[in-house]
Amino acid sequence: MSIMTYIGAIGAAQQEAMSADERVIIIGEDVEANVYGTTGGGKQRAEQGDFVQQFGQNRIRNTPISEEAIVGTAIGAAMTGLRPIVDLSYSSFLYMAMDQFVNQAAKNRYMFGGQSSIPVVFRSAMFYGLNTGAHHSDRPYPMFMNVPGLKIMAPASAADAKGLLRSAIDSDDPVLTFEAVPLWGQKEEVPEEEYRIPFGVARTRREGADVTVVGISGSVPLALQAAEDMAARGVSCEVIDPRTLVPLDSDAIVRSVEKTGRLVIAEPAHRTCGAAAEIAALVADKAHHALVAPIKRVCALDMQVPFSPALEAQIYPTRERIVAAIEAVCADQLMSENRRVG
Amino acid sequence: MELSRNLPRETLLEMQRRMLRIRLFDERASKMVKRGYIPGTVHTSIGQEAQVVGACMALNAGDHMTGNHRSHGHPIGMGSPLGPLMAELVGKATGVCGGKGGSLHLADYAVGSLGESGITGSSIPIAVGAGLSAQVLGEDRVALTFFGDGTANQGVLYESMNLASAYKLPAIFLCENNFYALSTPSHTVTGGRIVDRAAGFGMPGVRVEDGQDVLAVYDAVAEAADRARRGEGPSLVEVMTYRFREHSEGLRINVDYRDAEEKAFWTSRDPIILFREALVARDIASTEEMDALEAGIEEEVEACATFALESPDPDLSVAFEHLYTDPYELEAVL
Ligand SMILES: Cc1ncc(C[n+]2csc(CCOP(=O)(O)OP(=O)(O)O)c2C)c(N)n1
Ligand SMILES: [Mg+2]
Repeated sequence: MSIMTYIGAIGAAQQEAMSADERVIIIGEDVEANVYGTTGGGKQRAEQGDFVQQFGQNRIRNTPISEEAIVGTAIGAAMTGLRPIVDLSYSSFLYMAMDQFVNQAAKNRYMFGGQSSIPVVFRSAMFYGLNTGAHHSDRPYPMFMNVPGLKIMAPASAADAKGLLRSAIDSDDPVLTFEAVPLWGQKEEVPEEEYRIPFGVARTRREGADVTVVGISGSVPLALQAAEDMAARGVSCEVIDPRTLVPLDSDAIVRSVEKTGRLVIAEPAHRTCGAAAEIAALVADKAHHALVAPIKRVCALDMQVPFSPALEAQIYPTRERIVAAIEAVCADQLMSENRRVG
Repeated sequence: MELSRNLPRETLLEMQRRMLRIRLFDERASKMVKRGYIPGTVHTSIGQEAQVVGACMALNAGDHMTGNHRSHGHPIGMGSPLGPLMAELVGKATGVCGGKGGSLHLADYAVGSLGESGITGSSIPIAVGAGLSAQVLGEDRVALTFFGDGTANQGVLYESMNLASAYKLPAIFLCENNFYALSTPSHTVTGGRIVDRAAGFGMPGVRVEDGQDVLAVYDAVAEAADRARRGEGPSLVEVMTYRFREHSEGLRINVDYRDAEEKAFWTSRDPIILFREALVARDIASTEEMDALEAGIEEEVEACATFALESPDPDLSVAFEHLYTDPYELEAVL
């Protein structure tokens, strides 16, 4: 085992994949100089692990600021023999290439009756809660969940980020990765050897009996903190991270709710049509018999992101908001606890 | 540099065959739309056959092509057999895409046709990507993308031209300038000449003034392909041509947006008649031989329509295949 940061794990997965397969290339803005920290060992070009030195400029490519062409070119390259990793940096920039994601990446294999496969990974980073203002603070993964044909991962830890990214690069279908910038610096033990984490398998971060708390991306650590708070008050939370949203491990969530009878979902994306809404609908359908309380969502408000540090924090889920939601669905249990205390 | 001068007789005859295939296939498809055998509509390349075939035949086996909504000529020009194409238009199991693409989304990977596109401009960067894979993998192949004069006003073209030029990719941008984007005269919405835009990206731009001359188109594209193969990067080829029919079959536009004299001039320059005359004049083939060649294509088109109409519908389960490379669990979405 070695300790890695979330962003370090992404770089390590890219390095392993580049070494393992000549068809893997990285293209994106400013990838040669390792501006975003995932294409080199350190911040200096000369430092050990620099990708351009290791893999050459044929396979590490700076692009013009042309998101639509970058995404389309990567799709075309994937259809004809390469396995590109596209670094789109901020996830806000995905919108520039919407046509290519929706009309080409997602549809080509299907429309052409299976003639093409499109092994391409589109990496993007969700900056939020970092005072980057409305244009650089997006969490747009739910929009892409609405596009059949794309696979979507949103890891919440270093080990998951590394193993899932290797699977994404192995996949013959287009994958979008949504990386949580607030977690970039978080550390976790990561296996020494190469490994892959399959898509569609949730990770139970904490076992519990009273309430299921599904956390997504940056909301997973908050859910774990909230679970800690509630444990002190006698409520046992099961915290589940789906890790990939398409495919979604609905079985794991349904099984957990069948055990606990209660569900809270926390995610950094907007409430309307978010991943939480989808999971809530799934559980209402498949585990209705087990539910003893309404399902609660803790999402970003349906609001744009204000710049001022004084304003921004209230937009997103917090430990406190998740605690409040758990309190609401566990009201009877907490009442009996209050009686005990009182 | 008239590369077409050395073309063997058989290649010249194949050019005429492919132009005839496009003409007769599209005429037949048009009838089948009117009679309800083909759902929806189709966009024919009738009148533009020389522009399509001259370009496709300047490519080699292994090269790639992406196209647009005027979508049947491109794969036919690449040599795709007609039966599966017509079956696709009708929506049959034997269609080249298994019935899931339809007219607008033909693709035949066996001949390098990576896909037509119902969204104008959308397939342009796909060809650039095929150029990128050729370059990275060191494979000797080029990629050509067809787009219209109307589409030449979309930003994605310029992002793609710039990227291809900066990387020196083996790509060819082929503008089919038929003077109109649907009902809109090109010159009313286009600043400057399309061909001149090549200079802004540091690539050669050539304009084929007579796009009804299949060899003129061939020459321009063959030179662009040679250049691309030498590692010298992409080119823009603008071909002046004309569509003889309405934008799409069955479309009724009450405004007479095309000048009668202009129409008469261009329709008098039928690329298939012109090339037939040239082949006979150059003693490449006799009129009898050309008649026989035409009769052969008529039979082919007849057979492709019969094949399409007699083919079975796709199995219903096919609708749930090919979304991903792994199998789709249908129960999970019901
Ligand atoms: C992005 C997009 N916008 C609009 C349309 C509708 N549309 C289809 S074809 C067409 C005209 C295209 O003109 P041009 O590129 O010159 O091709 P032509 O039809 O003349 O061959 C339009 C506006 C579309 N399919 N896609
Ligand atoms: Mg046009």
